[in-house]
Amino acid sequence: MSTPNTPLWEVFIRSRNGLAHKHVGSLHASDATMALQAARDIYTRRGEGLSIWVVPSSAITASDPAEKGMMFEPAESKIYRHPTFYEVPEEVGHM
Amino acid sequence: MYTQALNTAETDDRGLEDAAKAAQFQARIDAEERIEPNDWMPAAYRKTLTRQISQHAHSEIVGMLPEGNWITRAPTLRRKAALLAKVQDECGHGLYLYAAAETLGSSREELVDAMLAGKAKYSSIFNYPTLTWADIGTIGWLVDGAAIMNQIPLCRCSYGPYARAMIRVCKEESFHQRQGYEIMLTLCRGSDEQKAMAQDALDRWWWPVLMMFGPPDATSQHSDTSTKWKIKRFSNDELRQKFVDATVPQAQYLGLTIPDPGMTQDADGHWRYSEIDWTEFKQVLAGNGPCNRDRMAARRKAHAEGAWVREAAAAYAAKRAQRRTAQAAE
Repeated sequence: MSTPNTPLWEVFIRSRNGLAHKHVGSLHASDATMALQAARDIYTRRGEGLSIWVVPSSAITASDPAEKGMMFEPAESKIYRHPTFYEVPEEVGHM
Repeated sequence: MYTQALNTAETDDRGLEDAAKAAQFQARIDAEERIEPNDWMPAAYRKTLTRQISQHAHSEIVGMLPEGNWITRAPTLRRKAALLAKVQDECGHGLYLYAAAETLGSSREELVDAMLAGKAKYSSIFNYPTLTWADIGTIGWLVDGAAIMNQIPLCRCSYGPYARAMIRVCKEESFHQRQGYEIMLTLCRGSDEQKAMAQDALDRWWWPVLMMFGPPDATSQHSDTSTKWKIKRFSNDELRQKFVDATVPQAQYLGLTIPDPGMTQDADGHWRYSEIDWTEFKQVLAGNGPCNRDRMAARRKAHAEGAWVREAAAAYAAKRAQRRTAQAAE
């Protein structure tokens, strides 16, 4: 029997400073339990995290980089969504 | 460096590809943008990087062998724990790098098989033996020191996944180099025999370490495209010189002599080393170094002996998946 290629997982780690889980890399493991253990050994050898998520890479749907112009165009033209668009007199102070 | 076997120029097949896309790609590189896995890239860029990153990964994995040789014989428990952690780091570095290489479209299995078949190279430095404990100190100090010199610019490499892997690797390498230097310092402050052991290790490793940076610029055909693509930021000779300049004062502090009687310091403060014996380098790359056969045999043995673990893990995962499907159907 030939062994199938070991599935790929994406690893997300939440560090101790209260930030969200952040993508740190990927690894191979045959199932979720082994993926978590491997993630601990590969990505948290120096106390990098307090929580790990592993997600099968095949479960991720990504936007197409070739379409990024069209994808993100709606935000480009809306400068009024940024605080600096609005003028507040200096006398009012920091807002 | 860890990818020094890349001495042949890739064939430039961009003529077959969309010239406009190629121009746009180069413009992104010139603008210091990072190239990501799903972005369009010239086939030669993909091929060069797959080779470079996978060779780098193989080097990290094979690099565990010379040091692993001393884990059971480390002089104290503290040294043993540190060496074990270092070898574990090297394994981790190999895995980050395989993951980065895979984003270019080859599976890790394919990459590993190419190495085991002898088709893919790893760094020449790991084909030298570790004869004494001082070799462990020298590897940390010089081999990891040379690796850091090479890897810091790679943190700004144009290919995003490789650059990100290198940032992690560089953070960890710093512990390796300090760990090695501390071993050397302890030996050099020890008995005459211990100091002689340190000198002997330096004598044997110095030239092979200088060869890690790859062939001299004049003969390295590969550098041009890699530089244009911002995979490579400094030439082999530039990095080698930086390394020598950083290392000579460290050797002086230890009271050790660099085994190069012809070495002189020029007016600008650079230490000018003598001619490197490139015949030895070519011999080691061709598979005729002191340990090439040993290293390949050890890797093949480990891979073959681990086959049942991979098979068992895959079978277990398949069984669980099947059970889940059956339960869902009930």
